[in-house]
This record gives sequence, C-alpha cells and structure tokens, in this order.
Amino acid sequence: MSAPYFFTDHMTVGYGRTPLIRDICLHICRGQIVTLIGPNGAGKSTILKSIICQLKLLGGSVYLDGISVKDMTERQLALRMSVVMTDRARTEFMTCREVVAMGRYPYTGLMGTLGQKDQEKVQEALELVHGEELADRDFARISDGQRQRILLARAICQEPELIVLDEPVSYLDIRYKLEILDILKMLVRRKQVAVLMSLHELDLAQRISDYVVCVEGSTIRCAGTPEEIFRTPVIRRLYGITRGSYCAELGYGELEPVKGDPQVFVIGGGGAGIFVYRRLWRQGIPFAAGVLHEHDVEYPVAAALASLVISQEAFEPVSRKAYEQAAKVLAGCSRVICCVETFGTMNARNRELAELGKEKMILEYSCQEPCVDLSDLLH
Amino acid sequence: MKKRSSFHAVLTLVVLAGAVLLLSVWNISCGSVSLGIREIWKSVSGHIFSWQSVSSYPGDEMVWRIIWDIRLPRILAAVLLGGALAVSGFLLQTFFANPIAGPFVLGISSGAKLAVCLAMLLLMGHGAAVTSAVLILAAFGGALVSMGFVLLAAGRVKSMSILVICGVMLGYICSAVTDFAVTFAEDANIVNLHNWSVGSFSGITWENVRVMGAVVLVSVSFAFLMAKPMGAYQLGEVYARSVGVNIRRFCIRLILLSSLLSACVTAFAGPVSFVGIAVPHVVKHLLGTTKPVLMLSGCFLGGAAFCLFCDLIARTVFSPTELGISSVTALFGAPVVICMMLRSSGKG
Repeated sequence: MSAPYFFTDHMTVGYGRTPLIRDICLHICRGQIVTLIGPNGAGKSTILKSIICQLKLLGGSVYLDGISVKDMTERQLALRMSVVMTDRARTEFMTCREVVAMGRYPYTGLMGTLGQKDQEKVQEALELVHGEELADRDFARISDGQRQRILLARAICQEPELIVLDEPVSYLDIRYKLEILDILKMLVRRKQVAVLMSLHELDLAQRISDYVVCVEGSTIRCAGTPEEIFRTPVIRRLYGITRGSYCAELGYGELEPVKGDPQVFVIGGGGAGIFVYRRLWRQGIPFAAGVLHEHDVEYPVAAALASLVISQEAFEPVSRKAYEQAAKVLAGCSRVICCVETFGTMNARNRELAELGKEKMILEYSCQEPCVDLSDLLH
Repeated sequence: MKKRSSFHAVLTLVVLAGAVLLLSVWNISCGSVSLGIREIWKSVSGHIFSWQSVSSYPGDEMVWRIIWDIRLPRILAAVLLGGALAVSGFLLQTFFANPIAGPFVLGISSGAKLAVCLAMLLLMGHGAAVTSAVLILAAFGGALVSMGFVLLAAGRVKSMSILVICGVMLGYICSAVTDFAVTFAEDANIVNLHNWSVGSFSGITWENVRVMGAVVLVSVSFAFLMAKPMGAYQLGEVYARSVGVNIRRFCIRLILLSSLLSACVTAFAGPVSFVGIAVPHVVKHLLGTTKPVLMLSGCFLGGAAFCLFCDLIARTVFSPTELGISSVTALFGAPVVICMMLRSSGKG
C-alpha cells in the first residue's frame, strides 16, 4: 500500500476551547473512500470541519500530501482539497455554471476570468454529474438533489486530490443518493482522488466505503473495513439500538415486534411471507412463523417481527422435531395463513402443517387481498 | 444564453451611465437661476476651449461662476458620494450575506456623523480650520467604532433582523448624542452643523471634491480588485475558504473599505439614508446577475444617478427652501426596501 495521501496526527477537535474528540489518527490513500459513521451529534461534522480548517484544531495536526496544513497557504490547500458541506449556498441570480466555475478559483488570475482550459474543466465536471442541462438554470431554483450534484461538480472542477463531503446524500431521494455515490466512485476510479465523507445511510456506507470509521461521542470507537465494521453487534452498540433490530450485514432495520402469544400461524418460505409479516405487524397482531429455513430470504424479517419463529438449519429438509414444535404452536393459534403455493422436498412437512391447520385457514389473505378482518384478534 | 445575459448587463450599465450624464446636465441647468442648454454650452466651451472671448456678452461671467463654483462641485459630490454609498451598501450586503444590510441601517453612518460632529465642535471651539482630511478621518474613526459594535452584536445574535434592529438602535443613540452636542454648541456653529446633520450636498467646495474624489476612487478601485473573492464569498464562507480565500483578511478589507466609503459620504454630506440598500437591490434586478464586477459598476452608476435625481428634487421642488437630501432619498429608497422585505418574506 502506498503512503497515505492524507493523515491526521493525534488531532483533537471541538468547538471553542472544549475538546470533543481527542487523538484522532485518520489515514487516507489516493483512490480510497473513507466514511465516518456514527449517531447524530457524535462529532462527525466536527471532525470534517476541523479538517477543512473551518474549526481550529485543538491539538495535533493534519497532513496533506506530506505537508502540514498549518504551513500551507489557502491557495495551496485549495489546490489539493475541495469540499461539499451541508451549509446551504444561498445565491441570487447565479447560474449553475457560475457556481461550478467557482471551483476554478485557485487557477484563475486576479479578476477571476475563466480561460479556455477553465471552461473545458467546468464543462467536464458538469458532464460528470450529468448536469449539462442544468448549466444555465438559476442555482436558487433547482431541487436539492440537483443542487447537490452542482456542488459536487464545483468540488470536482477544483481538481482536488482529496474531496471532503459532509452527509452528501442526506435529504435526497434514493435515486439521487445512488447517483451521487456512483459519481463519487467513478471519480475515485478515474482520477484516483481520495474521499473522506460522513454518511448516515449505513447500507450505502457499507457498499461504497473502503474503510469505515465509527465516531461515537468523545472517541473513535472503532475503525476497519466494511466487513469488520458492519457486524450487527458492532452497529447496535455504536448507535445504542435498544428497540427493534438492525441487521448490519444486510443493512436493514426492523421495528420492535408485537409482544404476546401468537394468534396467527404463518406458513411461509421463499419470500412470499414478507408482506404478510409486515401487515400483521402493522395490525398489531402477534404471530408465529414456520417452518422457515435459516437461509430463507424472509427468515430475518420473520425473526425480527414474529413473536416466535420455528426454523430449520439451512439446506436440510424440515425435520420431524421442527414439525412437531410447529404443530403445537399452530394448535394454540386461532388462524392460519399459508403463503406457500408449491411445496418441494425440503419443505414437504410444511404441506402437512397446512393440512393440519385447514379449518383455521384464511385462504384469501394475501398481499393483493388485504381486506380480511382480523380485528377480533386484537385483545 | 450566456452571451445574451452579459450583453444585457453591459447594456444596462451603458443606460445607467447615460442616466448619470443626463441628470448631470439637468442638474446644471436647473436651480434658482435656470440655464438653457445653449447657454451652458456657450459658457463652458468658452471657458474651457477658449473659442470665444470670455466677455463675449454680459452676464457670461455670472453664468460661469454658477456652473463652475456652485453646481459642478455639487454634481460631482452627488456622483461620487452616491456611488460610494451604493458600493458601501453592496460590500456590507456581501459581507453579511443579507440584502437589508447597509451603512445607514447598521448605524455606521450615524457613528461617523457623531464623530464628525464632535471633531467639528472641538476644532471650531479652538478656532482651528476644519479640513476635508480631518473630516474624513473623524468619520472613518466613528464608522469603525460603530462597525465594531455591529460586529460584536453579529457574533452574538444569529438572526439578521435582530442585528438590523441593533444597528438602528445604535444609530438612534449616536444621533441623540449628536443632538446634545449640537444643542450645546455655540450659536455661530449651530447653523453649519444643523445643515450638515440632516444631510446635504450644498456648500461643497472644489477642495472637498478633490479629496473625496481621491478617497472614493481609490476605495472603489480596491473594491474592484476584491471582486474575485467577493464572488466566491457569495456562495458562503465555507465554500469561499475551500477555494482558497483567506477569509480573515478578506473580511477585514471588506469592512475597512465599506466603512471608509460610508465615512467619506458622512464627512461631506452628512448621513444619507437608504441609498446603500435600495440601489444595490434595484441594480441587481436590472442587471439580472450578482457578479461582483458588474454589480460594483452598476451600484456606483446607480447610486450616482439616484443621488443626482434626489438632489435635483431637494434643490428645486420647494425652491428657494432646500430639503435635506436624506429626506428625499428616504422617500424614494424606503418603499424599495419595504417591497424587498415583503417579497423575501413571502418567499419564506
């Protein structure tokens, strides 16, 4: 691995004179994306603001390209690092092209006139973020997602070697979230820039980051590759998740299950049951699910939402033991829903289970026909 | 698209320059002695190009005196000070990132006024001469002290409207102290002071014009040199810093320049209200851009035209009684400010 392009040496950050986080040592190589994650108010923004010199360092130092940032002039710093922060840029009568062109500031002369090369760079940056059609529109009159792309283009045409972004995709819809991160990744591949950013979207952080840093309150709790960090216990502890559940590996969270003895028994498998689980949960009806294989796509949903899941080890046919356990639970339920239409060798016993619960079966219950009244099951 | 908009902006600037020229001529011809264009041309060409002998017809000398000694200095003062005021307003608006900032509402003009008043009283009390340079220095000092208070307040309050209220209050305090000082001044000085403290372009001498010309033109040139960082600063402090603007140095220069410009106005013409807010606002909409180079030129020309127009009204409408220039500028400027605030609060 090459020497880090950017690193902080025992940096202490905070507002005013109160240190918030001490001894931060971050390293970023070119072509690497490093992401800060952590709960709200943990200090991710404080770290980023200190790195871009918006806040004074309370200790330690920041090195860029082997030089301490303290010893750089503003221009030298601007030639190496550009930023996209959460501050709303409020402009009047400024076209998007003009906003992007501001990124050429360190390269232009006394009066800031754009040369041929600068114009080309602006155009290139606009194309990179797919913002050509926005170029002549008023920056104050475009959507948040478009604005974020234009600000990213501005940071790109500054031709930095490090881009610092503070929550670049917050408040954007999923299309723009993916788009912005795609552009970043492309930039990293093409130009070998280093990227340091904070993200609230854990699922996206897991996908895009080469390295993840967990910031929590007064410390950097841990740091590592996404494979090391996105473990359910690590994330639960970092965010202090006590209600509901979060599956860090798959990157999704579920709400707290409904408590109580199961009223409905759901025979699921293969993903057909997911909507049924969610609907029962929304209606506040405690339910049991079974028999599900542990590698089934709907297993994590059932495990999170059902009051009881009867499961079978992966790749094994449903065993006698599991079947008997399920039959016992089914006997205690007043309704049965079977989501599975065809049975195979692995879940042959679930067919028997469906037979067993035939009288209590709600046949019409499916995601298309959600009108079955289960209100009698409440309390 | 881009070519068209810059063409539009340049055209607007040409029109503004034309307005300044037209209003200047109008100002020369109007007054207690009204002069025809032909008369003016004859007199001016006679004196400047020596095409005709000076005493070609009776009364020519008087016409020349009216033009050269009374009207021309006043016109130049209106042009320079009006331009200075509008540019100062634009600088403050850039600094505070808010369109209602201006030297008058933030109390900077009033601070300068108080300092000038005290300096005048002190010097006149000792029988010393009050030179233009002394006036400017005193006004600059007063403006900086006021600015210091405003900046202190700005560090404490986040809301711009509260900051403006602080500025207006500061203005009242300074005006009150000025009034006390005027009340206890000697009779002979009061007339002078009173005239000046309501704001007026009258009584400007060529010496005044030379000094204010030097100060205003140098300051405005410096402002033009700062056009590039100003453009970056319009995106916000964070983004300006990230492209390499030394924020501290930039802000200090911006504040010094805007204080110097508004101090210069106050030193010679007293406090002149609303030019600093209304003119940049109107010019911005006329130009359809906030590019600093265009805005600075536009504000200077617009401020000049506006003050020429207001001075014309102040001199002629109730002639021979002369109105305070500030009353006239307020009459035309304040509605613009009200419209602006209603529109911006409507937008949310």
